[in-house]
Amino acid sequence: MAYVRFENISVSYGDNQVLKNFSLSLEKNEIMCLVGPSGCGKTTLVRCLLGLTRPDEGEIYVDDKCLFSSKRRINVPAERRGIGIVFQDYAVWPHLTVKDNVAYPMRKQRMKKNEIDRRVKDVLKQVSMSEYINHLPGQLSGGQQQRVAIARALMSSDDLIVLDEPITNLDAKLRDQMLNEIRDIQRNIGTTIFYITHDQKAALHLGDQLAIMNGRGELVQIGSDEDIILRPKSRFIFEFIGVTNFIPLKLVNSEYKLDLGREMIPWPEQVPDTMAHGKPIEMGTRPNDITFDDASPIKAKVKRAVFLGSEYDYFIELGNMEIRLQQSTLDAALVGVAKEGSEVGLRFLNPHYYEAKRREA
Amino acid sequence: MINLRRNKDLAAVEGRRIGLDNVMTALAFVLLLVIVVIPISMIIYNAFFHEGKFTFNLIVEQLTRSTTLSSMWNTIKIGGLVTLFGTIMGVFYAWLLGRSNIPGKKLMRSLFTIPYMFPPFLGAMAWDLLLNGRSGYLNRWMMQTFNLSSAPLNINTIWGIVFVEVSYYFPFVFMQVVSALERMDPTLEESARIAGAKQGTVIRTITLPLVVPAISAGALLILISSLAHFGVPAILGFSQGIFTLPTRIFAVISRSGGSFEGIRQAAALSILLVVVVALALLLQRKVLSSGGYDIIKGKSMRPTLINLRGARIPLFILALVTLAVIVMVPLIMIFLVGLVRAYGLPLIPANFTLANYTRILTTSGTLDSIKNSLILAISAGIISMTLGTLIAYVVQKIKPRGTGVLEILSVLPYSIPGTVLAIGVILAWSGSLGINLYNTLWIILVAYIARYLSFSMKTSSAALLQVHPSLEEAARTCGATHTESLKDITLPLIRPAMISGFFLIFLPAMREVTTSVLLYGPYTRTLGVQIYSLRDAGMMPQAAALGSVAIVLIIVINAIVNAITADRKGV
Repeated sequence: MAYVRFENISVSYGDNQVLKNFSLSLEKNEIMCLVGPSGCGKTTLVRCLLGLTRPDEGEIYVDDKCLFSSKRRINVPAERRGIGIVFQDYAVWPHLTVKDNVAYPMRKQRMKKNEIDRRVKDVLKQVSMSEYINHLPGQLSGGQQQRVAIARALMSSDDLIVLDEPITNLDAKLRDQMLNEIRDIQRNIGTTIFYITHDQKAALHLGDQLAIMNGRGELVQIGSDEDIILRPKSRFIFEFIGVTNFIPLKLVNSEYKLDLGREMIPWPEQVPDTMAHGKPIEMGTRPNDITFDDASPIKAKVKRAVFLGSEYDYFIELGNMEIRLQQSTLDAALVGVAKEGSEVGLRFLNPHYYEAKRREA
Repeated sequence: MINLRRNKDLAAVEGRRIGLDNVMTALAFVLLLVIVVIPISMIIYNAFFHEGKFTFNLIVEQLTRSTTLSSMWNTIKIGGLVTLFGTIMGVFYAWLLGRSNIPGKKLMRSLFTIPYMFPPFLGAMAWDLLLNGRSGYLNRWMMQTFNLSSAPLNINTIWGIVFVEVSYYFPFVFMQVVSALERMDPTLEESARIAGAKQGTVIRTITLPLVVPAISAGALLILISSLAHFGVPAILGFSQGIFTLPTRIFAVISRSGGSFEGIRQAAALSILLVVVVALALLLQRKVLSSGGYDIIKGKSMRPTLINLRGARIPLFILALVTLAVIVMVPLIMIFLVGLVRAYGLPLIPANFTLANYTRILTTSGTLDSIKNSLILAISAGIISMTLGTLIAYVVQKIKPRGTGVLEILSVLPYSIPGTVLAIGVILAWSGSLGINLYNTLWIILVAYIARYLSFSMKTSSAALLQVHPSLEEAARTCGATHTESLKDITLPLIRPAMISGFFLIFLPAMREVTTSVLLYGPYTRTLGVQIYSLRDAGMMPQAAALGSVAIVLIIVINAIVNAITADRKGV
């Protein structure tokens, strides 16, 4: 049975219904990333789990222990839920030293002093903060404060830790490093981690499982990173998870054609029958799923090429549209870099088909 | 509650525990009801109800008296003039000391804030000693030297009152504008210079408009303080029959010898004073809401200084003379007259004696007044600090229904003139509601708490805003109960603000006159009241001696506060 279960959670603030009948399960010892746009209710869900916000309805279980149930009128107070949390702003107490911050959960559990000292030393070693044991948070950098917060969360609980957007305030390099460290800590201790973020890249980097929420607080897909990227269940997920290009397809004489404004080009791929519902459709493709192929009948003009180190980023004029194309540096070395202003042929791999969005003026 | 805590399963069941939040919220409402709502309601009741019936008679009766109308007119006239001149003076010196290359800026800036902590009624006493129309030292000297038949200057006039009030209230504008000038982004002015504007044009079109919100905030602080002010017009105006509403209320009460009829008249006058102040507050709200600039940054920057060139030394001398007149002259006067053997003797060393000091320090009444003021200031400081923090916590963190009401109630007493508050406290706590505190220290304490509650509430609120809710929540998830998270996290974090809140109350409470002069009993004189009555009884040298003791006390305590707060900045 799942380790953490949210069952039919509903939360509203006044007239604003944030979550409605929301259910989600986490397995033991996995990293579950909950991804969704800002303001979709992720943090509200976390607060419900921690006991900081009271859901209007639903049930929350951790390892068979009921933490909240509106029907049975159970609401375990926050201080007895035993869940570690790293808040977005770390919430490291500025008036306490690193040691006192980390020792706080154990002091509240009335642990023996020498036991506390031993465990503080251990956990600080784990997050490589041993030398800062007597520092005040004001003397630490953002990344170091975050490690203190993680150490403190580990002291609250070995079993379940929640990380709520913890790396958004860090610079790109530190962000990568922290994600790797979180991964390592999880491997070493086997903690179940519930990671909340709006940053799909971090989620792909870290998660065993990804749960995607849409802006209305609904769960739209759960799956592994490959599932989410290669087999997105809906246009929302497809768009949310990365840069996308959409090109309208038109059915002319029962044949699909790419509608490039000035001209129509026959679409060589098979469009699944499920899309044959008469409504206008679009072909969606990611920048790295497009390759240059001079043999292709689909011709376009390179407007701008930007070298980003590991890849080239192209802005390409295709008919009346501008699309993005990415070419890995390796590929560029093999087949050559397309010059700005030159005409190229394009081939689309792994196309997705969606109902066309109504274009807003 | 305790039993439930021991039983984990029961504690998890909802609705069985009274939350700490609810207790604090209820407490905040009850305390404000007792401290603020009851006294204010009593004034309204007594001003509009006679023998249980609603009537406008009392108000109308007061309004038809020429004495009332002239007091109202004086109040408005003095308030307006003080605001006008205080603002001009404050802005001028703020600019001079904030933005020009005048020498000795840093020292002068702190000297210019001295009047802010100096009790204005002592200043009025000093100027009265110097420029009293009949017996002022300076007047007599000038009459002798220049063979004049009458005193050339008379401080016992409306203009004299305005002069003394301006010299103590201009720091409101000065301090606001100096800090706004300091925090202003200098690139705003530099961009104008680069765009081709001359120095003068920049000041007129960029600098001044940007500090207008600070100027108007300070100006209205002056206006409201001056309208409600008691000390200066009481000392300078009584002898010439110049009354303002606060002094008229005092006169009505003291003439009636504490009879109920007198208090009812005072209640009606209080309503009129509140109306005048309320109009000023409305004006303030209007002015402040119209000027919302966000370009003034929070952090201090290095603004460009303006070269005064040839005017540098003359302006420096002007600033020194101003300091001498508003700070040094009254101070020296109080100390010298405190030394003189008898009032009226020339201020020469031959006439000096320490007898006044030994007398006041050995008279039990005077010593009691110092003791009373200390007891009152310390207990009002501690109680208001605690209550203010409690209310601030409820308002900022718990945000129950009715938060707005709570906030208004706690700030209300500060906008209400001290005189009016005293009348309310007399009406509420001298037996009519079953509790009689009259002639005890308690009644003064209750008034002080109401008067100064908003000070600590404001500092604690600002500090609590800095404490992000996640800090307390993190403690909860670490296994701390709500009480423990308050004790371990929130309180230690706002402790510096609470301490400065205490001193913000302690210092003005030490020198308070306005409310205590209406509330004191035979054994509950405060320091301010004792100085006032010694002077009233004609014992000028003793009053001055006690005044200088008060000044020394204030300076010493202020120095201690500064040392403490400077220490804390490092943390």
